[in-house]
Amino acid sequence: MANKSELTAPAPSFWRDPDKRAIVYQVVVVAVIGWLLYAIVRNTATNMESQGLASGFGFLTSSAGFGIISTPLVSYSESSSYFTVFLVGLVNTIIVAAVGCLLALILGFLIGIARLSSNWLVQKMATFYIELFRNVPLLLQILFWYSAVLKPLPGPRELHEAGDAVFFSINNRGVIFAEPVGQPGFEFVWYVFFGAIVLTWLLSKWATARQMKTGNQFPVFSAGVLLIFVAPLVAYMYLGQPMEFVPAEMSRFALRGGVTIIPEFVALLLALVIYTAAFIAEIVRAGIQAVSHGQIEAASALGVKPSHRMRLVVVPQAMRVIVPPLTSQFLNLTKNSSLATAIAYPDLFSVFAGTTLNQTGQAVEIMAMTLAVYLTLSLLTSGFMNWYNSRIALVER
Amino acid sequence: MTTITKLPNGGKVYAGDLPDKPAPIRTDGLVAWMRDNLFNGVFNSILSLSALALVLYVLPPVLGWLIFNANWVGGADACRVNPDGACWPFVSARWEQFLYGFYEKSERWRIDILLWMLAIGIVLMVWEKTPGRHLIAMFMLFVYPVLAFFMMYGIVAVNVYWIAVPLLLLGVLFATLAGGFFRVIGFLLMLGGVAMLWQVGSGAVQAIHPLGDRALPIVDTPQWGGFTLTLVIALSGIVASLPLGVLLALGRRSKMPIISLLSTVFIEFWRGIPLVAVLFMATIMFPLFLPAGVTFDQLLRAVIGVALFASAYMAEVVRGGLQAINKGQYEGAMALGLPYSKMMRLVVLPQALKVVIPGIVNTFIGLFKDTTLVLIIALFDLLGIVQASIADPNWSIQSVPYTGYAFVGISFWICCYSMARYSRYIEGKLHTGHKR
Amino acid sequence: MYLAKTVAISAALVASLGLAHADETLDAVKGKGFVQCGVSQGLPGFSNPDDQGDWTGLDVEFCRAMAAAIFNDADAVKFTPLSAKVRFTALTSGEIDVLARNTTWTMSRDSDFGEFVGVNYYDGQGFMVPTSLGVASALELDGAAVCTNTGTTTELNVADFFRANSMDYTVVAFEKADEVVAAYDAGRCDVYTTDRSGLAAQRSKLAKPDDHIVLPEIISKEPLGPLVRHGDSQWGDIARWTLNCMINAEEAGITSANVAEMNTSDDPNIKRILGSDGDLGSKIGLDNTFCANVITSVGNYGESYDRNVGPDTPLKLERGVNALWSDGGLMYAAPQR
Repeated sequence: MANKSELTAPAPSFWRDPDKRAIVYQVVVVAVIGWLLYAIVRNTATNMESQGLASGFGFLTSSAGFGIISTPLVSYSESSSYFTVFLVGLVNTIIVAAVGCLLALILGFLIGIARLSSNWLVQKMATFYIELFRNVPLLLQILFWYSAVLKPLPGPRELHEAGDAVFFSINNRGVIFAEPVGQPGFEFVWYVFFGAIVLTWLLSKWATARQMKTGNQFPVFSAGVLLIFVAPLVAYMYLGQPMEFVPAEMSRFALRGGVTIIPEFVALLLALVIYTAAFIAEIVRAGIQAVSHGQIEAASALGVKPSHRMRLVVVPQAMRVIVPPLTSQFLNLTKNSSLATAIAYPDLFSVFAGTTLNQTGQAVEIMAMTLAVYLTLSLLTSGFMNWYNSRIALVER
Repeated sequence: MTTITKLPNGGKVYAGDLPDKPAPIRTDGLVAWMRDNLFNGVFNSILSLSALALVLYVLPPVLGWLIFNANWVGGADACRVNPDGACWPFVSARWEQFLYGFYEKSERWRIDILLWMLAIGIVLMVWEKTPGRHLIAMFMLFVYPVLAFFMMYGIVAVNVYWIAVPLLLLGVLFATLAGGFFRVIGFLLMLGGVAMLWQVGSGAVQAIHPLGDRALPIVDTPQWGGFTLTLVIALSGIVASLPLGVLLALGRRSKMPIISLLSTVFIEFWRGIPLVAVLFMATIMFPLFLPAGVTFDQLLRAVIGVALFASAYMAEVVRGGLQAINKGQYEGAMALGLPYSKMMRLVVLPQALKVVIPGIVNTFIGLFKDTTLVLIIALFDLLGIVQASIADPNWSIQSVPYTGYAFVGISFWICCYSMARYSRYIEGKLHTGHKR
Repeated sequence: MYLAKTVAISAALVASLGLAHADETLDAVKGKGFVQCGVSQGLPGFSNPDDQGDWTGLDVEFCRAMAAAIFNDADAVKFTPLSAKVRFTALTSGEIDVLARNTTWTMSRDSDFGEFVGVNYYDGQGFMVPTSLGVASALELDGAAVCTNTGTTTELNVADFFRANSMDYTVVAFEKADEVVAAYDAGRCDVYTTDRSGLAAQRSKLAKPDDHIVLPEIISKEPLGPLVRHGDSQWGDIARWTLNCMINAEEAGITSANVAEMNTSDDPNIKRILGSDGDLGSKIGLDNTFCANVITSVGNYGESYDRNVGPDTPLKLERGVNALWSDGGLMYAAPQR
């Protein structure tokens, strides 16, 4: 009988031991990267000093001095600080990215389903749409939509006389409508609105529980819509319409006051949505086609209506395939919104990494802040989508 | 004549010919096809009609502008007379600039040769019956880029540095990656590189003139432009990003925690930021990162940025391929006692890379379209040069900008669409799955 | 395994690849055989590629003049088109030797980015409006939408102007001049503001130039001039005296047509300018006849002006403040003696 020491192999020499070798490699890599980073930091510091470039974040408090075309949610004037410029850019980026993702999802789904339609014409048109918009550079599409939005619209002076009070107008300065200003008492409408949301949530919990127990369904969706939209409206009417719509006023050149949706936003949004939807449509198509035929056949055999078959059997399974690539499309859309520079939409890249960088020359700080924002947005989006993905993931037994 | 007799129990007895049944609905012909595919049901009929209306609304004006009402001959004056159609004479007057940029006129034959080589190379690689496809692919991937660089940039005198360093690199690559005979060659190459560096160091040789009197004059990169520049950026980006992407994908899946972490951070960093920011950093920040006085060509900086950006996407594509490889393949290779490098090189990567060819092509399409962004850092790619041409006061006609953009759009569309078709063809070929 | 090796070796290579270190710009320029000149991406009259793809314009000709001064060859120059944003980085990083990109000489730029060597065009910011707007003065522009370039002083000037006159405005700021014009042409804005030379240039490109007028107000001083890197005074001198030479030659009546006969002139001033007397050129490392070479191949300042932006060009800019001081303008070069 052999003793234990003979059973274990002799310890390999240092270089033959994968574990030890792994440690050496990693130490080397860390050393090299550390040295590279150190060299970059040192060079940057030396260069900035020798070129007399300022450093530090002190510039954020100094006054910007330039105007920005659209500053939603943030109060901004020329005397505001560069940090306010940063906030304006951030808000504008988030708005266009969020609205863009939502619309691209809807349009992409519609076209993805149209791509599989039994209607020949619709199917061909969906294919044409996808192949056309996927294969043309986005920058070109943005430039195209900008002029396509601007060209056919009339100027404000062709529509309105000076001194007119205008409640709604579409012209080449954008979509302008009267500004809603809440009067005392309007806050109750908000309370009702939030109350209705909570109530709908509770209702859906109750309906699920009841369906589990008795099998009876409850029309949660219609009830929820009714609650969320009609209840605040009733409250609004009951309170005597506590909201004033302050119209825009036509000055000598343009409309003043009111709420303006600038054409740059519309053009950028159109381009981003149309471009991204082409990709999403293909993802949706692939997702739906990935659902096994047996599933559809089984649903049909059970007598499930075609519309229910899609909603209850196909889409939930397709979602598992769709969500991961969908996430990267959302990320792409967010990043692509930086192309706003080309058409003067004041997003983060345009006003902060563009104008502010140019006025202050503090490239390192500004780029660091800008990149941090985009990375954070990416992390947040993929975090959310991962959470959603894990929720809908197949629960395996 | 038919007579029907009713029986007391409710049955019927027919005598004579039965009445003719209505003719079956036609299942062929245009009408039947339209009924089956366009008007099967109220909803579909409405859909079809509105779709048709949309087509009829959009198509005629677009085609009219592009083709039927367009100006095909004449010069700027002809376009000025008829402003309601595209101004194609603008493109034909400038197409050389669109293709070559500001490249020296007497030297444009160099680009012609390269473009033909590229076209033939691609055709040979795509056509499956080409003998020695493998070798051609290797040539296009490794030799062609180097050749293209020297042809485009020109060779007068070559600093020995520029021979020694690539030699050294190639040697290292061979010595580490290849085995047997090639490893020996790798060591020889390394030796040669070191020897050359030694020569430079001792001051014996500084530069050699490989072509003698027939030297190709230098054409500097600010003169490169147009479609050529688009190709340069996209191709060098993809060629550089492929090996880097493979390394990063392997790194990300590595069992060494630090290497895996670093690869992941690198990949997610580049995937999380917009390409505009990358190009911007390449132009503004890169000079700050280098020691004082060291300068880098602007185009080179942009290409480095594009390549790093693309390598992160490439890494994810390759990682998908690595994950798609059956675990048994890894285990089999390990059971045979293959070390990691051989396992990857001989067993896993050949299979994984084949699976991800469609992914690589798609990444390339994305990159190709994204090259238009370099106009933001004042490089004249196809879109940039068209924009610059539009600014010419001699062509200040309303239809000219649209014509220029339409030309760019159509050019890109043709390239990207054919690549996408190829990628889908490969996908279909690889996918011998169970689809219905 | 090879991951680690590859990284290590490429890092070592990056470190060892000490690329050309530019100490003395003139020596480096002579070594490579041409001047690398940063210009605008496309501003008619100043730097713009023509049908053949050759660069033309006032700034471009200054670069050609420098090439002529150094190499006696006006074509020994290569152009790097630069956007407003990256122009200074390109200069400080050594990518270009001289920046002639209609750049306004300001104190902060002179201290931060480089050394201005003079002014080759006196400009000022102005406004252009469609005549149909019925506006005669910029002070009537309360509430207007203004199209402008981002990343330049114009954006700040216009903000200052409107605030100083307590007027309301919206600004639409674009990256490139072409985009600004396109938007203005499409009616996105009521007003287009930039340097007046730029207004003239862009107006020539509009569908109907006569439907637009340039308002009389000039809201800023914009002395445009070339600049070089800090720390190389010899190179700065070469740029400065190339410019001065062109202006002095115009004042002395030397043109590209008569430079040969002027060479035999007895006028001591002309002799000094053309280098037939004295050794002024060699003091800055050039031939003594550098100025004669400039005039022969490029011409004097007036010739360059007339050729690129003058009344006979699409820009139709009168000399105005850019006339010689002796003609009531501001062009006044230090004497060559």
